[in-house]
Amino acid sequence: MVLSGHAAAAGPFTGHALWVRISHWIVTASVLTLVFSGFEILMVHPRLYWGEVGNDLTPAWIELPISRNYKHDGWGTPVPFFDNAAGPVSASSTYEIFNQNGWGRSLHFLAAWGMLLPGATYLLIGVFSGHIRRFIWPRARELAPRHVWRDVVDHIYFQIPPASGGPQYGVLQKTSYALVIFVAAPMMLLSGLTMAPAFTGAFPALLDVFGGYQSARTIHFLTFVSLALFVCVHVVMVVASGFRRQIRGMTVGE
Amino acid sequence: MSSRLVTRRRALLTGLAAISGLAVTRDWSDMPPTYGNILRMGDDLTYAAFRMLPRQRLVREYTLADISSFPAHGVIDLGAANAPQIVRDYRRLLDGRFADWRLSVEGRVATPRAFSLNELKQLPSRTQITRHVCEEGWSAIAQWTGVPLRTVLERAGILPTARSVVLYSYDDWLTSIDLSDALHPQTILAYGMNGRDLTIPHGAPVRLRLETQLGQKSLKYLQRIVVKDEFDDGGAKGEIQTGWAWYMGI
Repeated sequence: MVLSGHAAAAGPFTGHALWVRISHWIVTASVLTLVFSGFEILMVHPRLYWGEVGNDLTPAWIELPISRNYKHDGWGTPVPFFDNAAGPVSASSTYEIFNQNGWGRSLHFLAAWGMLLPGATYLLIGVFSGHIRRFIWPRARELAPRHVWRDVVDHIYFQIPPASGGPQYGVLQKTSYALVIFVAAPMMLLSGLTMAPAFTGAFPALLDVFGGYQSARTIHFLTFVSLALFVCVHVVMVVASGFRRQIRGMTVGE
Repeated sequence: MSSRLVTRRRALLTGLAAISGLAVTRDWSDMPPTYGNILRMGDDLTYAAFRMLPRQRLVREYTLADISSFPAHGVIDLGAANAPQIVRDYRRLLDGRFADWRLSVEGRVATPRAFSLNELKQLPSRTQITRHVCEEGWSAIAQWTGVPLRTVLERAGILPTARSVVLYSYDDWLTSIDLSDALHPQTILAYGMNGRDLTIPHGAPVRLRLETQLGQKSLKYLQRIVVKDEFDDGGAKGEIQTGWAWYMGI
């Protein structure tokens, strides 16, 4: 059995608390909106770069074929800025690109606030009520290699314990929740803010932390990819462990 | 144990009460023109939050070696068949090498006046190598030379009641910014780019450089600056009615 019981020490689990259930579904709605609007924003310029600078006149790290803007080549004759013809150039756009950022960006930031406020509330209550310590943060004992290995093997053989409607969680489950809460979510927020000229105007050091504006944009995207993988695994596990029971646990709660 | 929980709950409640107290007593009249628009609610929150940051800090400046290639979007359409009068006016100024170009500064100023290109060039200038960030997601670094907007507003005698600045362009666009951004030391009316005169694709003869917001706000082909006592979204041709956010600090 993966789920060795700490329940006795920490008090029995009596279903997800109301504040957990409410913040879970607000965050869910925000994440779906962030993914939708974020994808629209990426479609407008589906090229990723490293460093401070990246545009259609400079080489990309990767180009994603996700809109008609992909490799559109709609540029006039390049004109060098300096006497050196191999140096930086200017070119005028001759192509009507796909661009729905008028609503896409505003929706993204609206959803970001819808994520930040309940997210911060969850974190505050979670830390001060002991919820994180009791249910999310892996214990030293659980991180013992033998224990982790057993949980890995259980997952490989898809030995999913039946839904209990909440904790106790296995060590891999705890670790992935902790990584999302304490690594991926802050990374998303900070890399997003590093793309804001007004914010890096006040805190230029952020540009050094991420290695430049375009690096922050690329890291924002890569963190999204890892969070998307987490959501896929999360949903698969919810279904595999008993969909009805789990959804009941996270809605009406018991 | 239970008394500790009550204390925590009380601490949380006190915190929430304090925040709502601040929210109630805050002066909401300085909210941007998108205030009340549900889609732009996030932008308004961002604006309010960013205005609590240190305002006059300078954005990062780069070196000559960092200057990069620079795409030009929103280039004036000089060949348009049914070009509006102001585009025809621009064409005429271009033929005269901008000798007749004037930048009119009007509205809530003590002495409304028009600056010629030479008059602007004789004012104390600022040269900065900064990163341009487009709302599309690309970025580019260039060197800009121009006169701080603050200097021009002060020469015209901006009135103490002023709250925002509306800028109009020859190709029939406009934008508006608050005084915090208008008076920022790096907000300049640029007439030089990478050591040369500003070219037509980049907004000749003079464009705004607003380094604390996205590139879309750095209006090209400047024609007129109007100082206002209130926030003005510019009506039908402003960002809101053309489907954009008003505040683009992010």
